[in-house]
Amino acid sequence: MKIVVCIKQVPDTTEIKIDPKTGTLIREGVPSIINPDDKGGLEMALQLKEEKGAHITVITMGPPQADLILREAFAMGADRAIHLTDRKFAGADTLATSYALAGALKKLDFDLLITGRQAIDGDTAQVGPQIAEHLDLPQVSYLEDLKFDGEKTFTMKRHIEEGYQILEVEAPCVVTVLSSANTPRYMSVGGIVDAYQKEVEVWGKDQIDVDETLLGLKGSPTSVHKAFARGLKPAGELYEVDTDEAVGIIINKMKEKFIL
Amino acid sequence: MNFSLTKEQELFQQMIRDFAENEVKPLAAEVDEQERFPIETVEKMAKIGIMGIPIPKQYGGAGGNNLMYSMAVEELSAVCGTTGVIVSAHTSLCAAPILEHGTEEQKQKYLPKLASGEWIGAFGLTEPNAGTDAAGQQTTAVEDGDNYIINGSKIFITNAEYAHVYVIFAMTDKSQGTRGITAFIIEKGTPGFSFGKKEKKMGIKGSATNELIFENCVLPKTNMLGKLSKGFGIAMKTLDGGRIGIAAQALGLAQGAINETVKYVKERKQFGRAISAFQNTQFQLADMNTKTEASRMLVRKAAYKKDNKIAYSVDAAMAKLYAAETAMEVTNKAVQLHGGYGYTREYPVERMMRDAKITEIYEGTSEVQRMVISANMLK
Repeated sequence: MKIVVCIKQVPDTTEIKIDPKTGTLIREGVPSIINPDDKGGLEMALQLKEEKGAHITVITMGPPQADLILREAFAMGADRAIHLTDRKFAGADTLATSYALAGALKKLDFDLLITGRQAIDGDTAQVGPQIAEHLDLPQVSYLEDLKFDGEKTFTMKRHIEEGYQILEVEAPCVVTVLSSANTPRYMSVGGIVDAYQKEVEVWGKDQIDVDETLLGLKGSPTSVHKAFARGLKPAGELYEVDTDEAVGIIINKMKEKFIL
Repeated sequence: MNFSLTKEQELFQQMIRDFAENEVKPLAAEVDEQERFPIETVEKMAKIGIMGIPIPKQYGGAGGNNLMYSMAVEELSAVCGTTGVIVSAHTSLCAAPILEHGTEEQKQKYLPKLASGEWIGAFGLTEPNAGTDAAGQQTTAVEDGDNYIINGSKIFITNAEYAHVYVIFAMTDKSQGTRGITAFIIEKGTPGFSFGKKEKKMGIKGSATNELIFENCVLPKTNMLGKLSKGFGIAMKTLDGGRIGIAAQALGLAQGAINETVKYVKERKQFGRAISAFQNTQFQLADMNTKTEASRMLVRKAAYKKDNKIAYSVDAAMAKLYAAETAMEVTNKAVQLHGGYGYTREYPVERMMRDAKITEIYEGTSEVQRMVISANMLK
């Protein structure tokens, strides 16, 4: 089986701060990581490889420093890595991003394409489904589990608000995975030693199947109008009372705010 | 000259730090309190290759180097001194001498199992009457056809009960002194080989420390490590490498104590402000950090030299001497800056201080390191 996993380098938002004056992220000193949902997707691929045998290609689109997450993917067990990077890709929204990725994916042969559900920096959850549309492939989003019958059929557990769905899908298809699906493995020491001996293939716009006018900022119908930090909420009020009294306090508060 | 880590080393440091933080740190207090060998941690380390970092890939190792190995021991020791010494004794004192002095057959037999962590390694040189004076060995190995018969005992052996393979030393010719010592590889379960009492220690309480007892223990000649009578040299070379590991352990303990102290002094308030606002705290921290960074430079220089096949014996001695004494000083200051809380087991710095003391003693006391360093100056 051939699997392609799309991964993205993101700032570790657990360690991020927002400049209260400008409303922008303070990127300085914030470590970059593999987006957690994408790492869950990579782990899902690695488990499939262990169970059924598979060749795993990881692909990322991003600036030169995104090379680091491809090395990390090698150290976890990926077989091939492709880095899509070109000045023409810069400023892409989700549509232009998924278009460029799809242009690269058309060059690859795969049975399963895995992306994370969403990235912790943009939180759109759009790129995976858009790639599936560009490639005209069936897609299943919000995956918690996936099994392969060894021939052509995947059985998938899809998270939905009230519970889950079990679906059967035939290869080739696209799935988006939740980080809660698994616990990603650590990179291995031997894997790290090898990661920098292996070649990361660097592809620009000329290596992929795309119309240049649909790339980057030019190809992006959406743009960010304004980003702002939510103000800090004041500390709540704490009452240590029995249930009846608590109900009374809550009803009064709701009346004060004209909710009731 | 370049003081930067390579990208590969940075990625390695990131991985090992995550591993230490998530898998090792949560167990550190319990392992100390219960004097329990953290076998589950060893299994996790084995899975990702930490038990075979500087062992070449052809023998099942990770194919890394001594610098990476020292970084691993440092990061593990920063959260748990016990875990640091388990890896250090296993790697430096058992796998390394087999790699350096073993026959191809011995390497094929032992290294894949040690590097994968399926087996844990240990080392037996010290005896009740042969500590710093290692030449006073009383354990004997007497030739008997195709075998040697071993009699005697070894004390203070790290990983003892939990290990599977041991590099030990015995007198094959008592009349020759140090020139009559030979090294052997012995497996757990060999008839006549048993364990004595488990030591109750001040620190590194989770590491298993036992006596090894040999009573008419029959070893085939093929278990001799290196040549007949060359054991003393093998022991000294092995300890040179081991000192890098222990220096890294001491370095990690000092860094761990600094990490805890920086966190604490920002939170702890006295006289209406955080104690980090007092100049005494600031100056203490500055000294702690400067000495710890100096230790790091010495450790990495020794590891670099070993990796590049440059004589490193004196560098390893300096690294161990300085890092160990720094660990003792820094952990002591860390407890002082924590005040009364630092003396309780609610905070990890008292454990770090207890763990640090052994780094001035084992694998060559600080006094032995001074002998090594000065002997090289005066020769």
